[in-house]
Amino acid sequence: MSENVRIGVFVCECGTNIASTIDCDKLVEYAKSLPDVVFSIKNRYTCAEPGQQEIQKFIKEENLNRVVIASCTPKMHEPTFRNCVIDVGFNPYLVEMANIREHCSWVHHNEKSAANVKARDLVNSAVSRARFLEPQKELEVPVTHSALVIGGGIAGIQSALDLAESGFDVHLVEKEASIGGIMAQLNKTYPTID
Amino acid sequence: MDVGRHPKINLLAYSEVEDISGYIGNFKVKVRKKARYVDEVECTSCDDCVDVCPVVVPKEHQLGLASRKAIYIPFPQAVPASYIIDEENCLGFNPIACGKCAEKCDKNCIDYDAKDEIVEFDVGSIIVASGLDVYDPTEFDEYGYTRFENVLTSMELEILTGPGGVTKGKLIRPTDRKVPKSIGFIQCVGSRCESRGTAYCSNICCMNTIKDTLLLREYYHDIDCKVFYMDIRAFGKGFEDFYRRSKALGVEYIRGIPGDIREDPKTKNLILSVENTTGNGIEEYELDMVVLSVGMVPRKDSNSINKLLTLQTTSDGLLMEVHPKLTPIDAPTAGVFFAGCCEAPKDIKDSVTQASGAAARAASILSKDKVKIPALTATVDDDLCKSCGICVKVCPYSAITIDMKAKEPAKIIEAACKGCGTCASECKFDAISMKHYNDAQIIAQIDAILEENPEEKVLVFACNWCSYPGADLVGISRMQYPTSSRIIRIMCTGRLDEKFILHALKLGAPIVLMSGCHPADCHYINASLKAQLRIEKLWNKLERKGIRPERVQFEWISASEVGKFVKTMEELEEFRKSVTKKEIEETKKILSKSKK
Repeated sequence: MSENVRIGVFVCECGTNIASTIDCDKLVEYAKSLPDVVFSIKNRYTCAEPGQQEIQKFIKEENLNRVVIASCTPKMHEPTFRNCVIDVGFNPYLVEMANIREHCSWVHHNEKSAANVKARDLVNSAVSRARFLEPQKELEVPVTHSALVIGGGIAGIQSALDLAESGFDVHLVEKEASIGGIMAQLNKTYPTID
Repeated sequence: MDVGRHPKINLLAYSEVEDISGYIGNFKVKVRKKARYVDEVECTSCDDCVDVCPVVVPKEHQLGLASRKAIYIPFPQAVPASYIIDEENCLGFNPIACGKCAEKCDKNCIDYDAKDEIVEFDVGSIIVASGLDVYDPTEFDEYGYTRFENVLTSMELEILTGPGGVTKGKLIRPTDRKVPKSIGFIQCVGSRCESRGTAYCSNICCMNTIKDTLLLREYYHDIDCKVFYMDIRAFGKGFEDFYRRSKALGVEYIRGIPGDIREDPKTKNLILSVENTTGNGIEEYELDMVVLSVGMVPRKDSNSINKLLTLQTTSDGLLMEVHPKLTPIDAPTAGVFFAGCCEAPKDIKDSVTQASGAAARAASILSKDKVKIPALTATVDDDLCKSCGICVKVCPYSAITIDMKAKEPAKIIEAACKGCGTCASECKFDAISMKHYNDAQIIAQIDAILEENPEEKVLVFACNWCSYPGADLVGISRMQYPTSSRIIRIMCTGRLDEKFILHALKLGAPIVLMSGCHPADCHYINASLKAQLRIEKLWNKLERKGIRPERVQFEWISASEVGKFVKTMEELEEFRKSVTKKEIEETKKILSKSKK
């Protein structure tokens, strides 16, 4: 690697969701001990506005070129943190997450000591991966401004009408000879009688 | 109706989606428009054809409680309001046998030779609103649904009391055509049952029964209504009032589900035995009619759509959303959304609400001119590529081209590549690398996890679409499992090169698990099956080397299979304990001796 890797590790307490099982102060200290980690800090809620501002601030102040966030599942907040770093001109593919909530604090809250060992491993794994991350450019593709709705019951009808009223072309595909679905067979429906 | 008229809506009724390919913003759709045999545009709905049709069959829309001809309109308000010929029963396909409707039609709308049409178009987003089916209670034989004529389902009661029914809305008892004096409703038939029907609550049946009782008490003042229930779930806005009104009108609610129904052979009355759990034990009731309040079950035909869009279902057969609370409308496949009962049983209000939500989610994509595709694609190192062509063979998307004769290196079609990583795993020359999931990154993670006390750890490679979010759902559900597991996320098990597993074993890993989508759910067509083949090959290799193949395991775990995930982790932890330090050291020795 030609450049000098500078990794910042942001540990999230997630209120008590992580902090009640994981000792986040110790995790920050552990992160600092890892090679190429030049900065680490914990926050009560990293995803909240102050938490995100903190990431932006330290990217600049500490001249970070990799960001590791030890918090929840990337399935939830990876887009959040990617957008957060884009705002300060940072490539979103240089962000890595360590899932210490769904895969650790929430599933091992009765075994705190082993859970803390695992959290360290997950942070180490993320930091090690981050070291090899490369900036990426996303391919932009044009969008076809029309939609397919599969099923012409009450739900499909409503979706199709809403989209059509918003100005989009809609293809509504119904298997039966008529739309209406099961609702068309109903006589009266609750919670009124009509 | 508005849908039929709306200039922006292309209604394809009597049609089925045959194929969907592409990705967010750019799906290609192929629909089979089945032949109706009647020209929808020219037809004036004069009904002359129906008058002359000699074939009479049960009418599906009325659940067989009325009849129709072989040429028919499904129901008066049908959209499109056009006739259709029922191929199975029409005699006209044999020109000698019949041709009456075609002869009669002044506008020559009827064409027995009409063929199915294939319609193709592009869309940017897809809403799945495929619905659920009404439960068929035949398997509840103790209620005699198929044996006793006076036992109906709630859906049949709906038809019988509807204005389009044979009795023009008058409630009659099937055996004597008289208005029943007493009627009993049995709740939760096929719902909240582990052995038959579904384990979930179907959501709508309590309120539907309450509605029925109000309707009956208001139209037929002296009809005696009894409801047999386990819990009345009246949780929505205005629902409790509705329930109170029913009770105030004299409807009797009895807490207990009848064990069986018997029929008095003379009067055709029905005798129910029930343990009243708020009363004095077993009670018996004689009623004129019984309605089985049936729930909703997954449609038998929903698999094809689920497969085309790589949608997963819960163990109950309901479609899986990205997150049960925060993204309940989004499918894991980008650009696809859910509306209505296919996601979970809903009443009309909730279906309409979710449908508007799905439309808004779809509009958030359609209103953009461009969308970004994640940079997860494959890249080829031209110097290392030997033009062997194996990558072209294994790519599920035909996203790789190669000129083998000219010995030109492989080329990736970036817009077609989805990033499963199968090519990178299969390339013998390490010439293919995955953006954002490259070898160095994955090896670095393995090294980090196995840096200290590797013998205590269970290394898990989990795919981004099934097993990784499955492990997330275990967390969200706060289920507990052994702490030994360490998960590495990969986009697909297709990415799992045997060198990663061998590397882990060499570093002292006692056990490695590959976990991904069931082959039917694989988000990369068949990449997980290719991964399975690779693991099977690896097992043979390990065996030859004298390493226990069981130390490499694979398990298909879907995003909803929380129980299976926990059980697998418990079993692997048990197995891990059986792998001795001596065995690990031997493996390390064997693997450092062999070259590859």
